[in-house]
Amino acid sequence: MTIQVAAAQVRPRKADYQANLEMLGDLFEQLAESTTPTDLLTLPETILSGYFLEGGVRDVARPADAVFEDILAVFRSRCVDPEAVLDVSLGFYEEYRGQYYNAALYATLTGSDHAACAARLHHVHRKFFLPTYGVFDEQRHVTRGRTITAFDTRLGRQALLICEDAWHSVSAALAALQGARIIHILSASPGTDFHGPTPGNLACWDRILQGIAVEHGVFVVYAGLVGFEGGKGFTGSSCIVDPWGKQLVAAPLLGPALVRAEIEADDVTIARTSMPLLSDLESALGDIAAHFHALAAREGPEEPRGRSDA
Amino acid sequence: MPERLPVYAAPADDPESDANLVINAPAVTVWLTAFLRDQIVIHRGFQRAIVGISGGVDSALTAFLCVRALGPQNVIGVRMPYRTSSPESLEHADIAIRELGIQSVTVDISAMVDAYLASVPEASDRRRGNVMARCRMIVLFDLSERYGALPVGTGNKTERLFGYFTWHADDSPPVNPLGDLYKTQVWALARHVGVPEAIVTKPATADLIEGQTDEGDFGISYRRADRILVYLLRGYGTERLVRIGFPEAEVLLVREKLDRTHWKRHMPTTAMLTTTSINDYYLRPVDY
Repeated sequence: MTIQVAAAQVRPRKADYQANLEMLGDLFEQLAESTTPTDLLTLPETILSGYFLEGGVRDVARPADAVFEDILAVFRSRCVDPEAVLDVSLGFYEEYRGQYYNAALYATLTGSDHAACAARLHHVHRKFFLPTYGVFDEQRHVTRGRTITAFDTRLGRQALLICEDAWHSVSAALAALQGARIIHILSASPGTDFHGPTPGNLACWDRILQGIAVEHGVFVVYAGLVGFEGGKGFTGSSCIVDPWGKQLVAAPLLGPALVRAEIEADDVTIARTSMPLLSDLESALGDIAAHFHALAAREGPEEPRGRSDA
Repeated sequence: MPERLPVYAAPADDPESDANLVINAPAVTVWLTAFLRDQIVIHRGFQRAIVGISGGVDSALTAFLCVRALGPQNVIGVRMPYRTSSPESLEHADIAIRELGIQSVTVDISAMVDAYLASVPEASDRRRGNVMARCRMIVLFDLSERYGALPVGTGNKTERLFGYFTWHADDSPPVNPLGDLYKTQVWALARHVGVPEAIVTKPATADLIEGQTDEGDFGISYRRADRILVYLLRGYGTERLVRIGFPEAEVLLVREKLDRTHWKRHMPTTAMLTTTSINDYYLRPVDY
Protein backbone atom coordinates (compact mmCIF):
# COMPACT_ATOMS: atom_id res chain seq x y z
CA MET A 1 0.00 0.00 0.00
CA THR A 2 1.29 3.45 -0.95
CA ILE A 3 0.53 6.16 1.58
CA GLN A 4 0.93 9.90 1.06
CA VAL A 5 2.13 11.16 4.42
CA ALA A 6 2.47 14.76 5.56
CA ALA A 7 3.56 16.47 8.76
CA ALA A 8 2.89 20.13 9.43
CA GLN A 9 4.63 22.46 11.84
CA VAL A 10 2.65 25.53 12.80
CA ARG A 11 2.54 28.25 15.40
CA PRO A 12 -0.77 28.14 17.28
CA ARG A 13 -2.32 31.25 18.77
CA LYS A 14 -2.04 31.02 22.52
CA ALA A 15 -5.18 29.67 24.14
CA ASP A 16 -7.30 30.63 21.10
CA TYR A 17 -9.10 27.40 20.18
CA GLN A 18 -11.26 28.91 17.44
CA ALA A 19 -8.37 30.69 15.74
CA ASN A 20 -6.36 27.48 15.78
CA LEU A 21 -9.25 25.52 14.28
CA GLU A 22 -9.34 28.09 11.48
CA MET A 23 -5.60 27.66 10.99
CA LEU A 24 -6.24 23.93 10.65
CA GLY A 25 -8.87 24.75 8.06
CA ASP A 26 -6.30 26.74 6.07
CA LEU A 27 -4.03 23.72 6.17
CA PHE A 28 -6.80 21.38 5.02
CA GLU A 29 -7.45 23.74 2.11
CA GLN A 30 -3.78 23.75 1.17
CA LEU A 31 -3.68 19.96 1.17
CA ALA A 32 -6.86 19.81 -0.91
CA GLU A 33 -5.27 22.08 -3.54
CA SER A 34 -2.50 19.57 -4.17
CA THR A 35 -2.81 17.26 -7.15
CA THR A 36 -1.58 14.42 -4.94
CA PRO A 37 -4.17 13.73 -2.24
CA THR A 38 -2.70 13.39 1.22
CA ASP A 39 -3.74 10.26 3.12
CA LEU A 40 -2.24 10.99 6.50
CA LEU A 41 -1.41 14.27 8.27
CA THR A 42 0.46 14.56 11.55
CA LEU A 43 0.32 17.78 13.56
CA PRO A 44 2.28 18.78 16.67
CA GLU A 45 1.57 18.53 20.38
CA THR A 46 -1.01 21.02 21.77
CA ILE A 47 -1.67 22.42 18.32
CA LEU A 48 -5.08 23.77 19.33
CA SER A 49 -3.82 25.97 22.18
CA GLY A 50 -0.04 26.30 22.40
CA TYR A 51 2.03 24.34 24.90
CA PHE A 52 2.95 26.49 27.92
CA LEU A 53 -0.44 27.28 29.45
CA GLU A 54 0.17 26.62 33.15
CA GLY A 55 -3.24 26.97 34.84
CA GLY A 56 -4.76 27.98 31.51
CA VAL A 57 -5.10 24.29 30.64
CA ARG A 58 -8.49 24.38 32.32
CA ASP A 59 -9.62 27.16 29.97
CA VAL A 60 -8.84 25.30 26.75
CA ALA A 61 -9.18 21.60 27.54
CA ARG A 62 -11.99 19.81 25.72
CA PRO A 63 -13.33 16.26 25.42
CA ALA A 64 -11.79 14.36 22.52
CA ASP A 65 -15.23 13.77 20.99
CA ALA A 66 -15.86 17.52 20.89
CA VAL A 67 -12.47 18.19 19.29
CA PHE A 68 -13.14 15.49 16.70
CA GLU A 69 -16.53 16.99 15.86
CA ASP A 70 -14.96 20.45 15.54
CA ILE A 71 -12.12 19.41 13.23
CA LEU A 72 -14.51 17.32 11.15
CA ALA A 73 -16.77 20.36 10.76
CA VAL A 74 -13.80 22.51 9.72
CA PHE A 75 -12.63 19.86 7.27
CA ARG A 76 -16.05 19.65 5.65
CA SER A 77 -16.46 23.42 5.50
CA ARG A 78 -13.07 23.93 3.82
CA CYS A 79 -12.91 20.91 1.49
CA VAL A 80 -15.41 20.99 -1.34
CA ASP A 81 -14.85 17.38 -2.38
CA PRO A 82 -17.51 15.21 -0.67
CA GLU A 83 -15.37 12.13 -1.40
CA ALA A 84 -12.30 13.54 0.36
CA VAL A 85 -10.76 11.40 3.09
CA LEU A 86 -7.90 12.42 5.35
CA ASP A 87 -6.51 10.72 8.44
CA VAL A 88 -5.20 13.17 11.02
CA SER A 89 -3.29 13.00 14.27
CA LEU A 90 -3.01 16.11 16.43
CA GLY A 91 -2.27 17.16 19.98
CA PHE A 92 -4.59 19.02 22.34
CA TYR A 93 -5.36 19.48 26.02
CA GLU A 94 -8.13 17.06 26.86
CA GLU A 95 -10.78 17.00 29.56
CA TYR A 96 -11.64 13.38 30.31
CA ARG A 97 -13.66 12.08 33.24
CA GLY A 98 -13.02 15.15 35.33
CA GLN A 99 -9.29 15.36 34.73
CA TYR A 100 -7.01 17.13 32.28
CA TYR A 101 -4.55 15.41 29.97
CA ASN A 102 -1.95 16.33 27.39
CA ALA A 103 -3.48 14.17 24.66
CA ALA A 104 -3.34 13.31 20.99
CA LEU A 105 -6.12 11.96 18.83
CA TYR A 106 -6.15 10.02 15.59
CA ALA A 107 -9.21 10.45 13.38
CA THR A 108 -10.43 9.81 9.88
CA LEU A 109 -12.05 12.91 8.38
CA THR A 110 -14.33 12.76 5.38
CA GLY A 111 -15.77 15.38 3.05
CA SER A 112 -19.28 14.02 3.64
CA ASP A 113 -21.13 10.98 4.91
CA HIS A 114 -20.99 9.61 1.36
CA ALA A 115 -17.20 9.22 1.21
CA ALA A 116 -15.57 5.80 0.71
CA CYS A 117 -15.16 5.32 4.44
CA ALA A 118 -16.76 6.71 7.56
CA ALA A 119 -15.49 9.65 9.59
CA ARG A 120 -14.34 8.31 12.90
CA LEU A 121 -12.35 9.06 16.01
CA HIS A 122 -10.05 6.03 16.19
CA HIS A 123 -7.90 6.61 19.21
CA VAL A 124 -6.89 9.00 21.98
CA HIS A 125 -3.41 8.75 23.48
CA ARG A 126 -2.80 10.48 26.80
CA LYS A 127 0.81 11.48 27.35
CA PHE A 128 2.47 8.72 29.34
CA PHE A 129 5.66 10.47 30.45
CA LEU A 130 4.99 14.00 31.67
CA PRO A 131 8.14 16.15 31.83
CA THR A 132 8.28 18.00 35.13
CA TYR A 133 11.74 19.44 35.39
CA GLY A 134 13.49 22.61 34.31
CA VAL A 135 11.24 24.55 32.00
CA PHE A 136 8.57 21.81 32.04
CA ASP A 137 5.81 21.60 34.64
CA GLU A 138 3.31 19.15 33.18
CA GLN A 139 2.53 17.01 36.21
CA ARG A 140 1.40 20.13 37.98
CA HIS A 141 -1.29 20.81 35.41
CA VAL A 142 -2.29 17.53 33.76
CA THR A 143 -2.72 13.89 34.70
CA ARG A 144 -0.46 11.16 33.36
CA GLY A 145 -1.89 8.76 30.81
CA ARG A 146 -1.72 5.07 31.74
CA THR A 147 -1.50 3.26 28.42
CA ILE A 148 0.40 3.13 25.15
CA THR A 149 -1.77 1.37 22.62
CA ALA A 150 -1.51 0.63 18.92
CA PHE A 151 -4.72 0.86 16.90
CA ASP A 152 -6.01 -0.19 13.50
CA THR A 153 -6.82 2.29 10.75
CA ARG A 154 -7.57 2.15 7.03
CA LEU A 155 -3.84 2.82 6.55
CA GLY A 156 -2.64 0.02 8.80
CA ARG A 157 -1.83 -0.29 12.46
CA GLN A 158 -0.38 2.82 14.03
CA ALA A 159 0.50 4.41 17.38
CA LEU A 160 0.81 7.88 18.85
CA LEU A 161 3.50 9.15 21.21
CA ILE A 162 3.79 12.65 22.63
CA CYS A 163 7.19 14.27 23.05
CA GLU A 164 8.88 12.82 26.18
CA ASP A 165 7.07 9.52 25.56
CA ALA A 166 9.52 9.03 22.71
CA TRP A 167 12.59 9.80 24.84
CA HIS A 168 11.96 6.52 26.69
CA SER A 169 12.79 3.66 24.33
CA VAL A 170 10.25 1.46 26.07
CA SER A 171 7.37 3.56 24.67
CA ALA A 172 8.15 2.89 21.03
CA ALA A 173 8.92 -0.74 21.94
CA LEU A 174 5.43 -1.13 23.42
CA ALA A 175 3.88 0.43 20.31
CA ALA A 176 5.87 -1.75 17.92
CA LEU A 177 5.25 -4.93 19.90
CA GLN A 178 1.52 -4.24 19.52
CA GLY A 179 1.94 -4.12 15.79
CA ALA A 180 2.32 -0.43 15.00
CA ARG A 181 3.91 0.14 11.59
CA ILE A 182 3.74 3.92 11.69
CA ILE A 183 4.53 5.77 14.91
CA HIS A 184 3.49 9.41 15.09
CA ILE A 185 5.50 11.59 17.44
CA LEU A 186 3.85 14.89 18.29
CA SER A 187 6.19 17.34 19.92
CA ALA A 188 6.69 20.79 21.41
CA SER A 189 10.44 20.94 21.90
CA PRO A 190 12.06 24.17 23.13
CA GLY A 191 15.45 24.91 21.59
CA THR A 192 18.44 24.67 23.95
CA ASP A 193 22.22 24.44 23.85
CA PHE A 194 23.32 26.33 20.76
CA HIS A 195 26.89 25.07 20.77
CA GLY A 196 27.11 22.79 17.76
CA PRO A 197 25.73 22.68 14.25
CA THR A 198 22.20 22.00 15.52
CA PRO A 199 20.60 22.90 18.87
CA GLY A 200 21.22 20.26 21.52
CA ASN A 201 17.57 19.23 21.85
CA LEU A 202 17.32 18.67 18.12
CA ALA A 203 20.50 16.61 17.99
CA CYS A 204 18.88 14.35 20.61
CA TRP A 205 15.68 14.15 18.58
CA ASP A 206 17.59 13.12 15.46
CA ARG A 207 19.17 10.23 17.35
CA ILE A 208 15.88 9.23 19.00
CA LEU A 209 13.83 9.22 15.81
CA GLN A 210 16.43 7.29 13.87
CA GLY A 211 16.82 4.87 16.78
CA ILE A 212 13.09 4.16 17.00
CA ALA A 213 12.82 3.57 13.26
CA VAL A 214 15.83 1.24 13.08
CA GLU A 215 15.21 -0.72 16.28
CA HIS A 216 11.60 -1.49 15.50
CA GLY A 217 11.44 -1.26 11.71
CA VAL A 218 8.73 1.37 11.70
CA PHE A 219 7.99 4.60 9.90
CA VAL A 220 8.28 7.60 12.20
CA VAL A 221 6.37 10.78 11.47
CA TYR A 222 7.51 13.66 13.68
CA ALA A 223 5.66 16.98 13.91
CA GLY A 224 7.03 19.82 16.05
CA LEU A 225 5.56 23.13 17.10
CA VAL A 226 7.27 26.32 15.93
CA GLY A 227 7.24 29.88 17.20
CA PHE A 228 8.09 31.32 20.59
CA GLU A 229 6.04 31.12 23.77
CA GLY A 230 7.59 33.70 26.06
CA GLY A 231 11.33 33.22 25.77
CA LYS A 232 10.99 29.59 24.76
CA GLY A 233 11.29 28.92 21.04
CA PHE A 234 10.24 25.59 19.55
CA THR A 235 12.51 23.87 17.07
CA GLY A 236 10.08 22.62 14.41
CA SER A 237 12.17 20.32 12.22
CA SER A 238 9.22 18.06 11.44
CA CYS A 239 10.31 15.01 9.50
CA ILE A 240 9.48 11.58 8.15
CA VAL A 241 11.86 8.67 8.78
CA ASP A 242 11.73 5.32 7.01
CA PRO A 243 12.11 1.90 8.73
CA TRP A 244 15.85 1.85 7.93
CA GLY A 245 16.32 5.11 9.85
CA LYS A 246 16.72 7.27 6.78
CA GLN A 247 15.24 10.75 7.11
CA LEU A 248 13.14 11.12 3.96
CA VAL A 249 12.37 14.79 4.40
CA ALA A 250 12.71 17.45 7.10
CA ALA A 251 11.35 20.94 7.66
CA PRO A 252 13.46 23.88 8.82
CA LEU A 253 14.07 24.78 12.44
CA LEU A 254 11.99 27.94 12.36
CA GLY A 255 8.72 28.87 10.76
CA PRO A 256 5.61 27.07 9.58
CA ALA A 257 6.17 24.32 7.02
CA LEU A 258 4.68 21.18 5.56
CA VAL A 259 6.73 18.09 4.80
CA ARG A 260 5.44 15.20 2.79
CA ALA A 261 6.59 11.85 1.51
CA GLU A 262 5.18 8.91 -0.36
CA ILE A 263 5.79 5.78 1.67
CA GLU A 264 5.30 2.10 0.96
CA ALA A 265 3.74 0.26 3.89
CA ASP A 266 5.52 -2.94 2.76
CA ASP A 267 8.86 -1.36 3.59
CA VAL A 268 8.19 -2.20 7.22
CA THR A 269 8.20 -5.90 6.41
CA ILE A 270 11.27 -5.64 4.22
CA ALA A 271 13.21 -3.69 6.84
CA ARG A 272 12.22 -6.09 9.62
CA THR A 273 13.35 -9.04 7.52
CA SER A 274 16.84 -7.66 7.05
CA MET A 275 17.07 -6.30 10.62
CA PRO A 276 14.82 -8.51 12.79
CA LEU A 277 15.37 -6.64 16.04
CA LEU A 278 11.65 -6.48 16.82
CA SER A 279 11.42 -10.25 16.41
CA ASP A 280 14.40 -10.67 18.74
CA LEU A 281 12.67 -8.45 21.27
CA GLU A 282 9.48 -10.50 21.02
CA SER A 283 11.36 -13.73 21.60
CA ALA A 284 12.99 -12.31 24.73
CA LEU A 285 9.83 -10.72 26.03
CA GLY A 286 9.23 -13.26 28.79
CA ASP A 287 12.67 -12.68 30.30
CA ILE A 288 12.36 -8.92 29.95
CA ALA A 289 8.92 -8.98 31.57
CA ALA A 290 10.37 -11.00 34.46
CA HIS A 291 13.04 -8.35 34.96
CA PHE A 292 10.50 -5.54 34.87
CA HIS A 293 8.22 -7.41 37.25
CA ALA A 294 11.04 -7.95 39.71
CA LEU A 295 12.15 -4.32 39.51
CA ALA A 296 8.63 -3.03 39.99
CA ALA A 297 8.01 -5.35 42.94
CA ARG A 298 11.36 -4.73 44.60
CA GLU A 299 11.06 -4.48 48.36
CA GLY A 300 13.48 -3.66 51.12
CA PRO A 301 15.01 -0.76 53.00
CA GLU A 302 15.65 1.27 49.83
CA GLU A 303 13.33 3.99 48.60
CA PRO A 304 11.05 2.86 45.78
CA ARG A 305 12.61 3.47 42.40
CA GLY A 306 11.50 6.75 40.93
CA ARG A 307 12.68 10.25 40.24
CA SER A 308 15.24 10.13 43.06
CA ASP A 309 17.17 7.55 41.05
CA ALA A 310 17.53 9.87 38.06
CA MET B 1 59.90 -4.47 24.41
CA PRO B 2 56.26 -5.65 24.05
CA GLU B 3 54.11 -3.54 21.81
CA ARG B 4 51.95 -1.01 23.67
CA LEU B 5 48.42 -0.12 22.65
CA PRO B 6 47.80 3.39 21.42
CA VAL B 7 45.96 5.38 24.09
CA TYR B 8 43.08 7.76 23.43
CA ALA B 9 42.19 9.72 26.55
CA ALA B 10 39.11 11.87 27.00
CA PRO B 11 40.09 15.49 27.62
CA ALA B 12 39.84 16.53 31.25
CA ASP B 13 37.99 19.63 32.40
CA ASP B 14 40.33 22.57 31.94
CA PRO B 15 39.92 25.70 34.06
CA GLU B 16 41.80 27.69 31.43
CA SER B 17 39.49 26.65 28.58
CA ASP B 18 36.44 28.43 27.16
CA ALA B 19 35.20 25.20 25.58
CA ASN B 20 32.02 25.23 27.69
CA LEU B 21 31.25 28.75 26.53
CA VAL B 22 31.49 28.18 22.78
CA ILE B 23 28.33 29.13 20.90
CA ASN B 24 27.27 28.65 17.32
CA ALA B 25 27.11 32.41 16.72
CA PRO B 26 25.28 32.28 13.36
CA ALA B 27 22.62 29.96 14.80
CA VAL B 28 22.21 32.07 17.94
CA THR B 29 21.87 35.19 15.79
CA VAL B 30 19.09 33.63 13.75
CA TRP B 31 17.38 32.38 16.91
CA LEU B 32 17.51 35.69 18.77
CA THR B 33 16.39 37.60 15.70
CA ALA B 34 13.37 35.32 15.44
CA PHE B 35 12.76 35.73 19.18
CA LEU B 36 12.76 39.53 18.93
CA ARG B 37 10.46 39.57 15.93
CA ASP B 38 8.11 37.14 17.60
CA GLN B 39 7.98 38.88 20.96
CA ILE B 40 7.90 42.47 19.73
CA VAL B 41 5.71 42.19 16.65
CA ILE B 42 3.58 39.05 16.91
CA HIS B 43 3.10 38.79 20.64
CA ARG B 44 3.09 42.42 21.78
CA GLY B 45 1.91 44.10 18.58
CA PHE B 46 4.73 46.66 18.26
CA GLN B 47 6.56 47.43 15.05
CA ARG B 48 9.43 49.30 16.68
CA ALA B 49 11.98 48.78 19.44
CA ILE B 50 13.78 51.28 21.62
CA VAL B 51 17.16 50.52 23.17
CA GLY B 52 19.24 52.50 25.64
CA ILE B 53 22.68 52.69 24.02
CA SER B 54 25.37 53.10 26.67
CA GLY B 55 28.41 52.68 24.47
CA GLY B 56 29.04 49.19 25.85
CA VAL B 57 28.93 45.87 24.07
CA ASP B 58 25.65 44.60 25.57
CA SER B 59 23.50 47.47 24.38
CA ALA B 60 25.32 47.67 21.03
CA LEU B 61 24.73 43.96 20.40
CA THR B 62 21.10 44.32 21.42
CA ALA B 63 20.65 47.16 18.93
CA PHE B 64 22.36 45.15 16.19
CA LEU B 65 20.00 42.23 16.81
CA CYS B 66 16.98 44.53 16.86
CA VAL B 67 18.00 45.96 13.51
CA ARG B 68 18.26 42.46 12.07
CA ALA B 69 14.81 41.66 13.44
CA LEU B 70 12.96 44.87 12.58
CA GLY B 71 15.09 46.88 10.16
CA PRO B 72 17.03 50.07 11.01
CA GLN B 73 13.99 52.27 10.42
CA ASN B 74 12.22 50.55 13.31
CA VAL B 75 14.91 50.80 15.98
CA ILE B 76 15.53 53.86 18.14
CA GLY B 77 18.76 54.23 20.07
CA VAL B 78 18.64 56.40 23.18
CA ARG B 79 21.75 57.89 24.75
CA MET B 80 21.18 58.94 28.35
CA PRO B 81 24.40 60.47 29.68
CA TYR B 82 24.88 61.89 33.16
CA ARG B 83 27.30 64.76 33.55
CA THR B 84 30.01 62.44 34.88
CA SER B 85 29.57 59.82 32.15
CA SER B 86 32.71 59.03 30.23
CA PRO B 87 32.98 60.93 26.91
CA GLU B 88 34.23 57.66 25.45
CA SER B 89 30.90 56.02 26.29
CA LEU B 90 29.03 58.68 24.34
CA GLU B 91 31.45 58.36 21.46
CA HIS B 92 31.07 54.57 21.33
CA ALA B 93 27.30 54.89 21.50
CA ASP B 94 27.57 57.21 18.49
CA ILE B 95 29.70 54.72 16.61
CA ALA B 96 27.09 51.98 17.11
CA ILE B 97 24.22 54.28 16.14
CA ARG B 98 26.01 55.49 13.00
CA GLU B 99 27.04 51.97 12.03
CA LEU B 100 23.42 50.82 12.25
CA GLY B 101 21.86 53.90 10.67
CA ILE B 102 19.15 54.06 13.32
CA GLN B 103 17.30 57.04 14.69
CA SER B 104 18.91 58.31 17.87
CA VAL B 105 17.74 60.44 20.75
CA THR B 106 19.93 61.93 23.45
CA VAL B 107 18.47 62.80 26.84
CA ASP B 108 20.85 64.25 29.41
CA ILE B 109 19.65 62.84 32.74
CA SER B 110 21.87 65.16 34.82
CA ALA B 111 19.07 67.61 35.69
CA MET B 112 16.59 64.97 36.86
CA VAL B 113 19.22 63.03 38.78
CA ASP B 114 20.70 66.12 40.42
CA ALA B 115 17.26 67.48 41.33
CA TYR B 116 16.76 64.47 43.58
CA LEU B 117 20.33 64.06 44.77
CA ALA B 118 20.36 67.71 45.92
CA SER B 119 17.94 66.64 48.64
CA VAL B 120 20.17 63.74 49.75
CA PRO B 121 23.70 65.12 49.57
CA GLU B 122 24.98 62.32 51.78
CA ALA B 123 24.01 59.67 49.20
CA SER B 124 26.73 57.10 48.57
CA ASP B 125 28.08 56.30 45.13
CA ARG B 126 25.97 53.15 45.19
CA ARG B 127 22.78 55.14 45.85
CA ARG B 128 23.72 57.67 43.19
CA GLY B 129 24.29 54.89 40.68
CA ASN B 130 20.90 53.37 41.46
CA VAL B 131 19.20 56.75 41.02
CA MET B 132 20.83 57.18 37.62
CA ALA B 133 19.80 53.70 36.52
CA ARG B 134 16.21 54.31 37.60
CA CYS B 135 16.09 57.72 35.91
CA ARG B 136 17.29 56.11 32.69
CA MET B 137 14.36 53.70 32.84
CA ILE B 138 11.92 56.56 33.43
CA VAL B 139 13.25 58.15 30.24
CA LEU B 140 13.31 54.91 28.24
CA PHE B 141 9.74 53.96 29.13
CA ASP B 142 8.49 57.49 28.52
CA LEU B 143 10.11 57.54 25.09
CA SER B 144 8.64 54.10 24.49
CA GLU B 145 5.19 55.65 24.87
CA ARG B 146 6.14 58.64 22.72
CA TYR B 147 7.50 56.58 19.82
CA GLY B 148 5.28 53.53 20.17
CA ALA B 149 8.41 51.42 20.49
CA LEU B 150 8.94 48.52 22.89
CA PRO B 151 11.89 48.86 25.30
CA VAL B 152 14.37 46.03 24.83
CA GLY B 153 16.64 45.02 27.70
CA THR B 154 20.38 44.50 27.43
CA GLY B 155 21.37 42.55 30.57
CA ASN B 156 23.58 39.49 30.06
CA LYS B 157 23.55 36.26 32.06
CA THR B 158 26.72 36.98 34.00
CA GLU B 159 25.53 40.28 35.41
CA ARG B 160 22.12 38.80 36.08
CA LEU B 161 23.72 35.96 38.04
CA PHE B 162 25.93 38.42 39.94
CA GLY B 163 22.98 40.71 40.65
CA TYR B 164 25.04 43.44 39.00
CA PHE B 165 22.15 45.67 38.06
CA THR B 166 19.69 48.00 39.72
CA TRP B 167 16.53 46.10 40.65
CA HIS B 168 13.53 47.12 38.55
CA ALA B 169 15.72 49.43 36.49
CA ASP B 170 18.18 47.84 34.05
CA ASP B 171 16.18 44.61 34.27
CA SER B 172 12.76 46.16 33.64
CA PRO B 173 12.37 46.14 29.82
CA PRO B 174 9.83 43.44 28.94
CA VAL B 175 11.97 41.66 26.35
CA ASN B 176 15.61 40.68 26.70
CA PRO B 177 17.54 38.79 24.01
CA LEU B 178 20.88 38.48 25.89
CA GLY B 179 19.76 37.29 29.30
CA ASP B 180 20.83 33.67 28.75
CA LEU B 181 24.25 34.53 27.30
CA TYR B 182 27.33 34.81 29.48
CA LYS B 183 29.47 37.89 28.87
CA THR B 184 32.09 35.75 27.11
CA GLN B 185 29.36 34.63 24.71
CA VAL B 186 28.14 38.20 24.26
CA TRP B 187 31.61 39.13 23.02
CA ALA B 188 31.58 36.23 20.54
CA LEU B 189 28.13 37.09 19.26
CA ALA B 190 28.95 40.80 19.04
CA ARG B 191 31.94 40.04 16.83
CA HIS B 192 29.81 37.80 14.64
CA VAL B 193 27.12 40.43 13.99
CA GLY B 194 29.69 43.15 13.38
CA VAL B 195 29.68 45.30 16.49
CA PRO B 196 32.73 47.58 16.07
CA GLU B 197 35.84 46.13 17.68
CA ALA B 198 36.45 49.25 19.78
CA ILE B 199 33.19 48.54 21.57
CA VAL B 200 33.79 44.81 21.94
CA THR B 201 37.30 45.06 23.33
CA LYS B 202 36.96 47.97 25.75
CA PRO B 203 36.65 47.20 29.48
CA ALA B 204 33.00 46.81 30.46
CA THR B 205 31.74 49.53 32.76
CA ALA B 206 28.44 50.53 34.29
CA ASP B 207 29.85 54.08 34.00
CA LEU B 208 28.03 55.21 37.11
CA ILE B 209 31.22 56.37 38.79
CA GLU B 210 34.27 57.80 37.05
CA GLY B 211 36.87 55.14 36.27
CA GLN B 212 34.57 52.28 37.29
CA THR B 213 34.88 48.89 35.56
CA ASP B 214 32.68 45.83 36.01
CA GLU B 215 35.64 43.54 36.57
CA GLY B 216 37.10 45.95 39.12
CA ASP B 217 33.78 45.83 40.99
CA PHE B 218 33.63 42.03 40.79
CA GLY B 219 37.22 41.26 41.78
CA ILE B 220 37.40 38.70 38.97
CA SER B 221 37.41 38.88 35.18
CA TYR B 222 34.24 38.07 33.27
CA ARG B 223 35.97 35.25 31.43
CA ARG B 224 37.14 33.51 34.60
CA ALA B 225 33.79 34.09 36.30
CA ASP B 226 31.94 32.65 33.32
CA ARG B 227 34.04 29.49 33.31
CA ILE B 228 33.14 28.97 36.99
CA LEU B 229 29.47 29.91 36.59
CA VAL B 230 28.97 27.31 33.87
CA TYR B 231 29.98 24.56 36.29
CA LEU B 232 28.09 26.01 39.27
CA LEU B 233 24.86 26.20 37.30
CA ARG B 234 25.41 22.66 36.07
CA GLY B 235 25.33 21.62 39.72
CA TYR B 236 29.01 21.12 40.55
CA GLY B 237 30.06 21.92 44.11
CA THR B 238 32.98 24.06 45.25
CA GLU B 239 35.14 21.04 46.07
CA ARG B 240 34.76 19.62 42.58
CA LEU B 241 35.60 22.96 40.96
CA VAL B 242 38.75 23.18 43.05
CA ARG B 243 39.59 19.62 41.97
CA ILE B 244 39.23 20.72 38.34
CA GLY B 245 41.81 23.39 39.03
CA PHE B 246 39.92 26.59 39.78
CA PRO B 247 41.40 28.65 42.64
CA GLU B 248 39.20 28.19 45.69
CA ALA B 249 39.11 31.93 46.40
CA GLU B 250 37.69 32.61 42.93
CA VAL B 251 35.09 29.88 43.25
CA LEU B 252 33.97 31.19 46.62
CA LEU B 253 33.83 34.76 45.32
CA VAL B 254 31.63 33.78 42.38
CA ARG B 255 29.49 31.52 44.50
CA GLU B 256 28.92 34.22 47.09
CA LYS B 257 27.76 36.72 44.46
CA LEU B 258 25.40 34.13 43.02
CA ASP B 259 23.99 32.98 46.33
CA ARG B 260 23.20 36.39 47.78
CA THR B 261 21.33 37.72 44.77
CA HIS B 262 18.63 35.12 44.05
CA TRP B 263 16.00 37.61 45.25
CA LYS B 264 17.02 40.05 42.53
CA ARG B 265 16.04 37.61 39.82
CA HIS B 266 12.46 37.35 41.05
CA MET B 267 9.36 39.46 41.24
CA PRO B 268 8.56 41.05 44.63
CA THR B 269 7.66 38.60 47.37
CA THR B 270 3.92 38.67 47.99
CA ALA B 271 2.39 37.31 51.20
CA MET B 272 0.21 34.34 50.32
CA LEU B 273 -3.15 34.15 52.05
CA THR B 274 -5.34 32.13 49.67
CA THR B 275 -5.25 29.21 47.27
CA THR B 276 -5.61 31.66 44.41
CA SER B 277 -2.43 33.57 45.21
CA ILE B 278 -1.05 35.05 41.98
CA ASN B 279 1.95 33.17 40.59
CA ASP B 280 1.71 30.65 43.42
CA TYR B 281 -1.64 29.04 42.65
CA TYR B 282 -3.09 31.25 39.94
CA LEU B 283 -0.65 30.56 37.13
CA ARG B 284 -0.77 32.02 33.65
CA PRO B 285 2.24 32.44 31.35
CA VAL B 286 3.37 35.88 30.20
CA ASP B 287 1.95 35.41 26.71
CA TYR B 288 -1.42 34.00 27.76
